[in-house]
Amino acid sequence: MSEEYSLEIVNPEKSFLLKDDVTEVVVPAYEGEIGILKDHISIISFLKPGIIKVFSKSGDDSYYVNDGIIEFKNNNLSILTSLILNLKDIDKGKISEIQKSAEEELGNSEISDQEKYLLDQKIEVLKSIN
Amino acid sequence: MASLDDLKKRISSVKSTQKITKAMKMVAAAKLRRAQESAEKGRPYSDKMNNIILNLSGGISDIENAPKLLSGTGEDKIHLCVVMTSDRGLCGGFNTNIIKKAKLYFQKILDEGKTLKIITVGTKGYDQLKRVYGDNIIERISFKDSKNVNYFDADKVGKTVIEKFENKEFDVCVIFYNQFKNVITQIPQEQQIIPLKTTDEETNSSDDNYEFEPEEDEILSNLLPKNISTQIFKAMLENSASEQGSRMSAMDNATRNAGEMVDKLTIEYNRSRQAAITKELIEIISGAESL
Repeated sequence: MSEEYSLEIVNPEKSFLLKDDVTEVVVPAYEGEIGILKDHISIISFLKPGIIKVFSKSGDDSYYVNDGIIEFKNNNLSILTSLILNLKDIDKGKISEIQKSAEEELGNSEISDQEKYLLDQKIEVLKSIN
Repeated sequence: MASLDDLKKRISSVKSTQKITKAMKMVAAAKLRRAQESAEKGRPYSDKMNNIILNLSGGISDIENAPKLLSGTGEDKIHLCVVMTSDRGLCGGFNTNIIKKAKLYFQKILDEGKTLKIITVGTKGYDQLKRVYGDNIIERISFKDSKNVNYFDADKVGKTVIEKFENKEFDVCVIFYNQFKNVITQIPQEQQIIPLKTTDEETNSSDDNYEFEPEEDEILSNLLPKNISTQIFKAMLENSASEQGSRMSAMDNATRNAGEMVDKLTIEYNRSRQAAITKELIEIISGAESL
């Protein structure tokens, strides 16, 4: 039995990635990482800033995402995100830029705890990349 | 009849106008291709988003406690209209068509005695609306500086709208934009984004059992604001493709008109030159005869 399913990553500008030989995807869901294998139950969840790991027959990839929504249904995984970067050809300058703006926002005292949590996450992940 | 010199000047001025319109057409055509491409590429995102929301809202059992962005405030008194137009002119009926559509809606709202609030996106819309509806315009946004349509601009507009909604500044939000059909046809659209109009939620959701993480409500309340930005972004993409298409056909017409005008003027110029020559000849001949 084949263990593969299809994955589509879209951002507002374009369809970012389309693969149909994915064996596992690990996504940074809001309440912890989720690994999704074939025939997973239908699920909708959010992403927090983090790394998406894609394992497929044609090679493994990692991506940084800022936020997003995932939907898994009938062995189709859709990931919608506003910002996604491939870790392979990532630009250090850009990472530091995002990190800096996140840190600045964190300095703003008017944000809610939830936002604070997300920003903390973001900075941590960005630091680990850099 | 105008003198030869005048005609010559007119011909050359029409010719240089023609050059400009031709160049604008070329630029618009190049930009159109890009805009159309990004409009098409942007569609999967908004479609997927819509799908997920439909699936989610179908699963919500307790309508009373559904997020306000989905169900509305329960009132229908204050309407917020987001009118999206271009920042540049010379694009045929593009802006006028949106404004016309919007004005119809405004009139309906005002006739029903409801309050009207307007946000204009793009300077041209503001210019056309400020005379009649100046008092209703609460905000004007322009992205003159950003070269391409990008999501973060749309997000800004979306956040403004949501902030106003949370402050209970309006009950219903409608956006106006031109949908790109093809180069010649752009259809002005009005789309209600708050409360969200779900047309066929019953059809595709009932038999799907989704697992939600975190809770449904939490997902929805996070997703709905994003959906608004996405819808606005989609509208902006459609709009920019429409703008370029409209400009292209307008400039094409202008170039053709200028060509016709040059032809007509050239004929007139040749005729009057010939008339002058004939006149001189007659003068010489009759002068010679009288000797």
